[in-house]
Amino acid sequence: MPKLKLEDLAAIRDSARRMTSLREGAGRVRITVHMGTCGIAAGARAIMEAVLREIEERHLDDVLVTTSGCAGLCSREPMATVEIRGHPPVKYADLTEARVKTIFEEHILGGKIPVELALAIGSERTH
Amino acid sequence: MPYRVHLMVCAGTGCVSNGSLGVRDALEKEIHRRGLGGEVQVVTTGCNGFCGAGPLLVVQPDGIFYQQLTPKEIPLLVEEHLIKGRPVPKLMYVPPEEKVPIPKMSEIPFFKGQRLVALRNRGLIDPEKIEDYIARDGYTAFAKALTQMTPEQIIAEIKAAGLRGRGGAGFATGVKWEKVRQAVGEPKYIICNGDEGDPGAFMDRSIFESDPHSVIEGMLIGARAMGARWGVVYVRNEYPLALQRIQIAIEKAREYGLLGENIFETDFSFDISVTRGAGAFVCGEETALIASVEGRLGDPRARPPYPAEYGLWGKPTCINNVETWANVPPIILRGAKWYSQIGTESSKGTKVFSLVGKIRNTGLVEVPMGITLRELIYDIGGGIPGGKKFKAVQTGGPSGGCIPAGPLLDQPIVYDGRGERRPLSDALDLPIDYESLTDVGSMMGSGGLVVMDEDTCMVDVARYFLAFTQDESCGACTPCREGTKLMLDILTKIVEGHGTMEDLESLEEIGRVVKETSLCGLGKTAPNPVLTTLRYFRDEYIAHIQAHKCPAHVCRELNVYRIDPEICVQRGHGCGVCRRECPEKAIFGEKNQPHRIDQALCKKCGVCVDVCHFHAVIVE
Repeated sequence: MPKLKLEDLAAIRDSARRMTSLREGAGRVRITVHMGTCGIAAGARAIMEAVLREIEERHLDDVLVTTSGCAGLCSREPMATVEIRGHPPVKYADLTEARVKTIFEEHILGGKIPVELALAIGSERTH
Repeated sequence: MPYRVHLMVCAGTGCVSNGSLGVRDALEKEIHRRGLGGEVQVVTTGCNGFCGAGPLLVVQPDGIFYQQLTPKEIPLLVEEHLIKGRPVPKLMYVPPEEKVPIPKMSEIPFFKGQRLVALRNRGLIDPEKIEDYIARDGYTAFAKALTQMTPEQIIAEIKAAGLRGRGGAGFATGVKWEKVRQAVGEPKYIICNGDEGDPGAFMDRSIFESDPHSVIEGMLIGARAMGARWGVVYVRNEYPLALQRIQIAIEKAREYGLLGENIFETDFSFDISVTRGAGAFVCGEETALIASVEGRLGDPRARPPYPAEYGLWGKPTCINNVETWANVPPIILRGAKWYSQIGTESSKGTKVFSLVGKIRNTGLVEVPMGITLRELIYDIGGGIPGGKKFKAVQTGGPSGGCIPAGPLLDQPIVYDGRGERRPLSDALDLPIDYESLTDVGSMMGSGGLVVMDEDTCMVDVARYFLAFTQDESCGACTPCREGTKLMLDILTKIVEGHGTMEDLESLEEIGRVVKETSLCGLGKTAPNPVLTTLRYFRDEYIAHIQAHKCPAHVCRELNVYRIDPEICVQRGHGCGVCRRECPEKAIFGEKNQPHRIDQALCKKCGVCVDVCHFHAVIVE
């Protein structure tokens, strides 16, 4: 390969960082796709793929994606929880790939919760 | 597409020998089978540090820590954690004497107290991928040093940071660099000393294995500062994985044009070759190492002239230890001010230690200078296993000294790292920095830390370490060659029960002479374990000599084995296992009758103690 120039170093760093920043565990946004049996049966896998695709296409490097089990409202799966640092988590139900796109555009990038899609804001009491 | 989960599998030497590559293969197979190949990435990293709990896996971005994995647990782990999103508590770390597992790596006490500078990338990158290193700001410090700083500014920055050599002696790195820069002679060389020879020490190996590019970048910055054209990385051949990773890293750096001619389109050129050491302890000494690189016998020579003036091939040469080089890039990138805030007045930054011996959390840790022995041994190390008492800690490898438990009141005065000198009522409060360790008769050394409990015989320990240095003495100078031999003979006499009180004085006298008159660091420090144990554990020596007893029951020649007749009959019903197993046929007795040992026949091998289920054999 040709010799590295100073600009190349920064370019490699930025693209490599996108692939590895997850390891540092600090993102601005955390999306949890609920993947209990009910979620998977209702198509959570396709939702997960849509989420990952959005992140890829929009070159986002501050969004972490994790999975968790059933959120307790099996009839409204597939569901996902979006948590922006410093804000209460928002649960979305009855997700489709199109709705995932809307959530990215309005909530994650725009900072405005699409209330018509949201199921609940905040989380249950745990103690 | 970016992955949503990164599985960081530790592939340091410790975990690999515990089977971590099998765990990795099982993970890859299972992830493929469950169709998660596009979402989950398996990354093999260098040593994570918690070697005692391996094979290890950290799941990111959650930071969930799994330990002691085997391939058969992998399907469950993938199903539960990666598909259903439920971390698996039974594979997590459970602190001793507690029942609740700690899921997050960042909350486990072993990791919580550490501060990573030299090991900043450990467990976060694949050491064989240069892109992973670059993603974590790799080579950015070098680019800054090359394009925005003059050589003088680089040296001034290293000086201001207060970085001192991590190989043991603690010489100021910036001062050494300045000497080499000002020395007359071309070309200039720089060397990375990776000839880590202390028994139980693995700091350098771990850096090579987990982050080899940090060493290369440190050397590039050093080369720019000193005007060096060539570098040598000296690695011992017993470190195959370290050798392989540094070689891959050098090749990758060359491919990217980070080593070679006209780097970053400037007139700066630098390249590195690797020399394998054959594993002689003395080759860690700089002049012996240079002789070895030149293809000669690894013998040290008298200094001055120092290598800074007359080094490799007679040219000005800078030798720094692996850990020292790895500290350089963060100093340049983040500045001397940031670095010098870590540590104590005279010892700046952090130090990597390998924590071994009678300690729960065996492994590799990096802590700020000035941390106390207590924090290191109890908070991070988890204390002494089996409810035993802490007896001593040996720092600095075979040439270091033993620091005893209890007060250090008779000490001259102990440096507290903050500019004050005062006696210490408990050795565990000793701050770990260059001066404090020297004050108590030990040394920082390269960072080996051996913890000893009440079952350790200090005379035996002194003899063990001296036997090592005596064996590794190159024989070039008389005090080291003859002196260590004489001392070893005396120590052997004492542990076999034939010592006299005059022997103690001879040990001290010979020890002093060897220390003061030896040619190189090996001899100058070899008597340390003997002299410190004589200073702090003299009563143990006296017990061996006068009472013919080893208080810790380690020196078998001095032990007397006896069978408690009551326990033997009441609990064991004279089972006769000891009689059958005794290789000397020295045990007599009948079924249901007490057994006894014929002291005239007993060779003190201790087999009877090991085989008796009823603890009826008593050692006196």
